[in-house]
Amino acid sequence: MGRKLDPTNKVKRGPGKKARKQQGAETELAKFLTDEETGPKRLSSRGRKRAAKRVQKKSAAVTEEKPKKGFTDENSKWLKPAKRKRKIDEPEDADDSDEHWEEEDDDEEEEEELLQKKKDQGKKAGKVGVKKVEEEEEEEEEDDDDEEEEEEEEEEESDDDDEEMVDDYGTLDDGDEAAAEEEGDSDGEDLLPIERAAKKDKKLKEALDLESDDDEEDDDDDDDDDDDEQKSDADEDDTIQTNTDEGDKFRLPGAEESEKEGVMPLDLKTIHQRIKDNIDVLCNFSTKREPGKDRSEYLSLLKKDLCTYYSYNSFLMEKFMDLFPLSELVDFLEANEIHRPVTIRTNTLKTRRRDLAQALINRGVNLDPLGKWSKVGLVIYDSSVPVGATPEYLAGQYMLQGASSFLPVMALSPQEGELVLDMSSAPGGKTTYIAQLMRNTGVIVANDANADRLKSVVGNIHRLGVTNTVVSNYDGRQFPKVMGGFDRVLLDAPCSGTGVIAKDPAVKTSKDEADIRRSAHLQKELILAAIDSVNAESSSGGYLVYCTCSITVEENECVVDYALKKRNIKLVPTGLDFGTEGFTRFRERKFHPSLKLSRRFYPHSHNMDGFFVAKLKKFSNVIPTATAGKEDDGAEAPEATAATNPPEEKPTQSDKPKKTLVKEAGSSQQKTNGTAKVKSKGKKDSTAGPKKAKLAKLDGETAKKTEKPAGTKAVNETKATRTDKKARKNKTAMKAKNRMGKNKFKKLKHMLQKHDG
Amino acid sequence: MRPLTEEETKTMFEKLSKYIGENIKLLVDRPDGTYCFRLHNDRVYYMSEKILKLATNISRDKLMSVGTCFGKFTKTKKFRLHITALDFLAPYAKFKVWVKPGAEQSFLYGNHVLKSGLGRITENTMQYQGVVVYSMADVPLGFGVAAKTTQECRRVDPMSIVVFHQADVGEFIRNEDALT
Repeated sequence: MGRKLDPTNKVKRGPGKKARKQQGAETELAKFLTDEETGPKRLSSRGRKRAAKRVQKKSAAVTEEKPKKGFTDENSKWLKPAKRKRKIDEPEDADDSDEHWEEEDDDEEEEEELLQKKKDQGKKAGKVGVKKVEEEEEEEEEDDDDEEEEEEEEEEESDDDDEEMVDDYGTLDDGDEAAAEEEGDSDGEDLLPIERAAKKDKKLKEALDLESDDDEEDDDDDDDDDDDEQKSDADEDDTIQTNTDEGDKFRLPGAEESEKEGVMPLDLKTIHQRIKDNIDVLCNFSTKREPGKDRSEYLSLLKKDLCTYYSYNSFLMEKFMDLFPLSELVDFLEANEIHRPVTIRTNTLKTRRRDLAQALINRGVNLDPLGKWSKVGLVIYDSSVPVGATPEYLAGQYMLQGASSFLPVMALSPQEGELVLDMSSAPGGKTTYIAQLMRNTGVIVANDANADRLKSVVGNIHRLGVTNTVVSNYDGRQFPKVMGGFDRVLLDAPCSGTGVIAKDPAVKTSKDEADIRRSAHLQKELILAAIDSVNAESSSGGYLVYCTCSITVEENECVVDYALKKRNIKLVPTGLDFGTEGFTRFRERKFHPSLKLSRRFYPHSHNMDGFFVAKLKKFSNVIPTATAGKEDDGAEAPEATAATNPPEEKPTQSDKPKKTLVKEAGSSQQKTNGTAKVKSKGKKDSTAGPKKAKLAKLDGETAKKTEKPAGTKAVNETKATRTDKKARKNKTAMKAKNRMGKNKFKKLKHMLQKHDG
Repeated sequence: MRPLTEEETKTMFEKLSKYIGENIKLLVDRPDGTYCFRLHNDRVYYMSEKILKLATNISRDKLMSVGTCFGKFTKTKKFRLHITALDFLAPYAKFKVWVKPGAEQSFLYGNHVLKSGLGRITENTMQYQGVVVYSMADVPLGFGVAAKTTQECRRVDPMSIVVFHQADVGEFIRNEDALT
């Protein structure tokens, strides 16, 4: 009996799995030996690191030397634009160098010198090493021990000198001179006497090669230097190099060339070079231009190239080209490719910055104070833990917040015990900053139109221990009807986001004229609503801060200028000592001269998101008659002008005398208001709103015309007399309102005012 | 928004007193003004009178939150404390538990505190007493219920639970939508 052997089901015999797993030492050894025989010595992990570092340094030294970017403030320390993340199809070396030029910007020259010295040393060492080898070969069998000692010594030496210790795989074809030296060197060091005999000839050959290599390397270095001068970042690209070497002038591509381009697009590197050359020509147009070519031709080519290279739509690129001088334009576009540093704001309601910094450092976060201008900001360089989920974060000791978001709140400078409105508050960063400046006193109304985004506001408020907040979900445009009489209002208006392209690259292609116009229109409605919510009589406040994360003029200066015309407000200094001034004129438009008190922030010059901040002071609660009837249709009135014919709107507004004399105009309006208002307001109930507005506007304009000759001096005078006038005016206004009991909204408004009083 | 009914006040105060005992008095009578509790959307908010007055301007459906949210009444009319109340529980807490740095993370992810992570505990803590959980750096992390008395805690094995988790600050991230 017994079991039958099943021939179909053969059981394997012989050594099992485990037996196969372990290999004899001899196989390992064989590998090891061949390694040593063919390739140069394998370095320790530290050695490799050092070598990598050295190679990087070298490439950094070789790359172009960019001038240090001029920062306008003390942010320059940390605000150096970080390395660029964008990948272009450049060779890897070039990429490397690109990554590192910024960090080593400053001591690049020193580095280069050092490197040169080291190279020289390396050469010598290499030669010495070779000689030594030859000597040793003769006595190799005799004193193994001695030699080992020697080896150790040598190793120590090379440990001391970072540059000496390199790995050398494939460096020869790389053309890396020092590495080549090292090869000679290490060969001399690391070989066992037994191997040496076998490799005798080989080494001799190598030693010979070294000399010739050196020469070649020197040549290469020269080339590289040339590159530096030419500021060409594609140092590998021979064609470009030769082009610039010969001093070829930049030439516009002809019609047939551009046609060809349409069929077969150029590679990005060529385009990049062409952009550079083009800008160079445009900056020195009279000397470098090609005769017979128009500036507009150059510009259109530049625009096309920039659009391709940075993948913007042409509308947005046009906007940026209008906004920045050409020299800045590329900086700006480059800055949009990299992320801004992560910044956090200390919650002073719960901790102090020093304690927080210490706690975070203990968690392995690498940070620094943000800058002189902020006492609560910290900038995070890198972190071994997620900064948005540390126990400190959860305990509400800090808030993740962009550096640019500090600015509007600092400009607002809320005081303790005030009533503050944050009109579009999500996700609550600015709201909580306001609360912390007010030390949890007074009341903050945090509003946002989006209920979903309000959840984050509620979360952040509670996390940071803010207790003085009311969170509401209104459309900002309705706000003066809900409640008014705020001491300060922060309006962080929804915008096209052209300042935060680094955060959201979708903006590059998704925004067009209509988007900008739409958001500008919304902003105009919001700013009027915000102004109407401010109480001008507030003893401590009466301020409004308007800010956007957009840099287009339409969404910033235009909006503020519009508000200046429609309401009794004036611009005041923001209290921020850096940032560029707002435009007072832009292309065909001219704005009120006081707009230079507003501040603009750019990614390339301040290394924070593009931002606009303007601080306005309301000096009278009276709404000028030019906009009488607007209160009823506060939302519709701007719509009537802005929505139907936005392009026309600006030219009419930028009526020259009006512009320069807006203040007088405003005050004159008031003067006439004193008399005319009673009339017009009396009529108001009976006549239709828009008609009324037109009439009133006419009144205002005639009044302005009469005031015009008064000149700029009148401003001061009117200012001086303004206060007592204000009192009178308010009285009349109140009277007028009393008479208009029928109007429901008026009633409400009145009630509110009473309530405030 | 309305004041709490007698019953609701009683339920809520009972719950609160588990953590802060008679210190509730300090919440109601404050030197810096009158503070009160209000019910809105089944949630209890704690605010000063001044804020309350202004909040009445805002219609009910548009009001998202006022002052500090303490917790909510469940459908079965029980009161449930939210983590948002921690700011007012922590300073007045009668019984405290400190967790070791290594166990911080675990607690913040919603786990109970084990004996191995227990750094310190207030003397004479009774079983099922409400406790506030702190990190060793005295940062309040959440609150829970003591699973064992202080005496028992000394003896039990390292893997046994000493504090049942109720709420932790990790909920600010995990559970943002349900906070209010």
